[in-house]
Amino acid sequence: MNSPFSLPEASTHAVTVDRIFYLLLVLSGATVVLVFGLILLFAVRYRRGSSAKRGPMPEFLRREFEIGWTLATLLSFVFLFWWAGSADLSSLAAPAGSLEIHVVAKQWMWKTQHPSGAREINALHVPLGQPVHLLMSSQDVIHSFFVPAFRVKQDVVPGRETDIWFQASKLGVFPLLCAEYCGTDHSVMRGKITVMRPEDYARWLVQQPEGDDLAHEGAKLFVSQGCSGCHAGSSNVHAPRLAGIYGRMVQLSDGRTVKADDGYIRDSILQPKRDVVAGYDAIMPSFKGLLDDGELQSLTAYIRSLAEEGSHD
Amino acid sequence: MTDALLAGDLPLPPRPDYLRHGSTIASWLTTTDHKRIAILYAITITFFFFLGGAAVTAVRLELFEPNGWLLTSDTYNKLFSFHGIIMVWFFLVPSIPNTLGNFLLPLMIGAPDVAFPRLNLFSWYLTIAAGAFTVYALLAGGVDTGWTFYTPYSSMFSNSHVFAAAAGVFVVGFASIATGVNFIATTHMLRAPGMTWFRLPLFVWAIYATSLIMVLATPVLAISLLLVIAERVLGLPIFDPARGGDPILFQHLFWFYSHPAVYIMVLPAMGVVSEVIPCFARRRIFGYDFMVYAMLAIAGIGFFVWGHHMFVSGQSALASLVFSFLSFIIAVPSAIKVFNWTASLFRGQISFESPMLYSLGFVGLFTTGGLSGLFLASIPVDVHVTDTYFVVAHFHYIMVGGSVSAFFAGLHFWWPKVTGKLYPESWAKFAAILMYAGFNMTFLPQFFAGYLGMPRRYHTYPAEFQIYNVMSSAGAGVLAVAYLLPLGYLTWSLFYGGRAGNNPWAATGLEWTTTSPPPPKNFDRQPRVDRGPYEYHAEGMSAGTDAPEVQNARDIR
Amino acid sequence: MSDESALLREPWFDFGRQREAGKFGIWVFLGSEMLFFGALLLTYTVCRIEHPDAFAAAGRATNIWYGTINTAVLLTSSLTMAMASQAAASPARLRRLVLACLLATALLGLAFVVIKGFEYKEDIDKHLVPGAGFALPQPGAQLFYGLYWLVTGVHAVHLSIGIVLVGRLFWEFYRRELPTQANPELEITALYWHLVDIVWIFLYPLIYLPGRSS
Repeated sequence: MNSPFSLPEASTHAVTVDRIFYLLLVLSGATVVLVFGLILLFAVRYRRGSSAKRGPMPEFLRREFEIGWTLATLLSFVFLFWWAGSADLSSLAAPAGSLEIHVVAKQWMWKTQHPSGAREINALHVPLGQPVHLLMSSQDVIHSFFVPAFRVKQDVVPGRETDIWFQASKLGVFPLLCAEYCGTDHSVMRGKITVMRPEDYARWLVQQPEGDDLAHEGAKLFVSQGCSGCHAGSSNVHAPRLAGIYGRMVQLSDGRTVKADDGYIRDSILQPKRDVVAGYDAIMPSFKGLLDDGELQSLTAYIRSLAEEGSHD
Repeated sequence: MTDALLAGDLPLPPRPDYLRHGSTIASWLTTTDHKRIAILYAITITFFFFLGGAAVTAVRLELFEPNGWLLTSDTYNKLFSFHGIIMVWFFLVPSIPNTLGNFLLPLMIGAPDVAFPRLNLFSWYLTIAAGAFTVYALLAGGVDTGWTFYTPYSSMFSNSHVFAAAAGVFVVGFASIATGVNFIATTHMLRAPGMTWFRLPLFVWAIYATSLIMVLATPVLAISLLLVIAERVLGLPIFDPARGGDPILFQHLFWFYSHPAVYIMVLPAMGVVSEVIPCFARRRIFGYDFMVYAMLAIAGIGFFVWGHHMFVSGQSALASLVFSFLSFIIAVPSAIKVFNWTASLFRGQISFESPMLYSLGFVGLFTTGGLSGLFLASIPVDVHVTDTYFVVAHFHYIMVGGSVSAFFAGLHFWWPKVTGKLYPESWAKFAAILMYAGFNMTFLPQFFAGYLGMPRRYHTYPAEFQIYNVMSSAGAGVLAVAYLLPLGYLTWSLFYGGRAGNNPWAATGLEWTTTSPPPPKNFDRQPRVDRGPYEYHAEGMSAGTDAPEVQNARDIR
Repeated sequence: MSDESALLREPWFDFGRQREAGKFGIWVFLGSEMLFFGALLLTYTVCRIEHPDAFAAAGRATNIWYGTINTAVLLTSSLTMAMASQAAASPARLRRLVLACLLATALLGLAFVVIKGFEYKEDIDKHLVPGAGFALPQPGAQLFYGLYWLVTGVHAVHLSIGIVLVGRLFWEFYRRELPTQANPELEITALYWHLVDIVWIFLYPLIYLPGRSS
């Protein structure tokens, strides 16, 4: 059982959050003391029939005082917004070179998959001190990936991919919870995050049963789903080649340019008519309903791996 | 020293008050008298309050044990959903506006009734019909979506009676709109001669601002629930991601109503407290015009902060920043109000009858709840505590600690006017103090549990949170007693209470110039207004303990 | 003056004030209705931005003739409604004109509903009801038709309420139970009718015109 009185700061992000939290706590505490103190003071001093001095409001307690009070409140709130807002912005994007882990949520379990293909259920092993980027999707309703010790939380939404990242800073086992109500067993949709030393993590990874890694799985799907019929180099159909496309800017037929990232690839598989690449006809069928979220992630990983191979040439 | 005596008028012939003006059941069920409709609403919401309370009693009992001991997960989920739906739409939203507001709005502005009396009665029947739908949903087996009806769970996955519950909320929304239209038209069109906008009591301003929100936000709730019903019952694709829909869109529509709805619940409470505090401090309210502008600002900005419920939903970073900024901004008018209530006590002649105790309790709990709102407006902190018990504690501080305390303040303050009877004051003081203690015992521990990471809507929970849940459940027992006490002694006072005079608190305000209980048309003579509200003492004079008309008359001489 | 005393209701002492309050009240209610339809149109907009091609294809599958004829019918009904309201307000006693215009308004409203019924039948025959066996291949097209059925249905409910209100007014004027002169109920009904009309003016291009411009 974890301590009921304190929450470990087990990620770099947790320190930032707690700093804001404690400042707010001090400010709130001071305000509570001020308001309650004044009310108590007035209640005692000006109780009916007491001998305290009465009379009209003193001169200084006028409009200007009210405006001054309002402005002071406003300024301090704007300051709080600025501080909290910039903390949020600076931790928005996952750093380059993060360990990418795919998470699929379903009623009522968490499925995680490491880049090597190792899979876990309701558990996740991560190395200490290395940024971990989670790419998450849901197979049914909305869930929320919540690790209190890391101070991170992100809804996992069906039909789209959401992401968060964290960098664990403490060894140990921390609870993973579902924070968005998702039906009957919402409260048992929990898991464990195990933070290990990088060398232990590497050893652990090797011990996992051999599974195809995501890119290999994606390569199989690429053939079995018929993608290679058009997108492979030998094909007669006029379709874009995918080698090296990942991460590049793509010119679209309506003049826009987009970056070929995970979201773009996902959209192109599910809604191919939306962003057609310049110079090609909109002939690709939609794979909506034919591929589940795990398969989409595998295909994306395969296309990404093609880019990495390309860069070696 | 009333106007009638000064003018040397003859006393009027005796006539029955509104309670005795027709005593058959039919005379109540077909009444268009706003005071009787207020009573009908009061009975209705009391019923729903204890219904919602019963549901949460089971929830709190269950949470004594980390792994449950009494209920299945499905039953637990249905109970907290039912608690939320009932308490939000069938108690909190109609509580102050439809009971105290209905009763007092025409009295306070010197009108014989609301602008559309038959619409007013129709609105009550809609509430009853909607309540029937919702209670049916419970009896038929319950609904397990939470009060938020999030898609795609509610529209595609839940196996419970979502249709009946959503239909109930849909219908009660129209009752809310009808009431809002009625109150806005009443305030604009039926003010007595001399009752200018800036002589309106703050309670009237509060009801007016609330009505604006009801009229403009409720239709969006109606649409969001209609879409859920269409997807669920008719099979039309709207939010289902498998068919191209966007489940997050529902959250935008839902919170576009449900965040302003928080202000529907708390603005009237602010109005009540703004009446009670000047009366028992014998002071003018400090900064009347700032209080008015603050309420209008809250009503206005309240429409543009809904996205702070969705910081972790995956909305864009820019949207989150804008909503975070506006959420901080809307805290400013609330802070103005707290400051002005406190400043109104300065150099007063303060006495501590039960309405004042409830009101001071409101200021304390509202301040605490409001400050915890700052944590939720800061994105990084919100990400950590949203969907945890921290949020549960926050909104209970505002809506139960705030609104319900103020409702009891108003109930005690105007009870002599409504019923013509005095209630036992020492019991009332005891209940007020007990309620404050019980409330803090229940909800203060939830802030800690939430920060430490206990998610809301959890039937079973990690064992380290048990200590907080046990404290909370024990506090809830105290709170339940504090809520049951007034039911007892107020009912007792109906039969055995002493007769209340026209103005037992020596308060200002037109409602105190008529008899207790008032006659069917409120006033025997059309009132005229020649001064602002809260003239508890003459201009430039010290707060005294005499009745306002005595003090002000002394000044004229 | 006897006309006015017959219309005076609790809690009013002054008929002019009562009429003003009635008009004010309906304007506030129309404001509420704007948000009601506004939320529906917002949903439509979001879905259309997500699926522009599917919405164009689905828009082409609608029968523009029904939509256009219905637009003309409804606009004409607003004209007759406005004429009824103006005729009642004029100092000349134009009772017959008021009655004729009200009847025409109600009948045009009914005609709209009947034409809409034919259109619905054709849509069902063409398998344009979302679900199994839906006619169009794009997934977004089902969204379009989900909203189509919902929006036109909600509009038809509003229109039916309008027809009942106009019919009731006609009947009460016809039986001389209510004076037509300066009757606030007529103005209020007219304002409601025009709102239903304006909503349709928004719905027509959103439903029938996507995908037809090129």
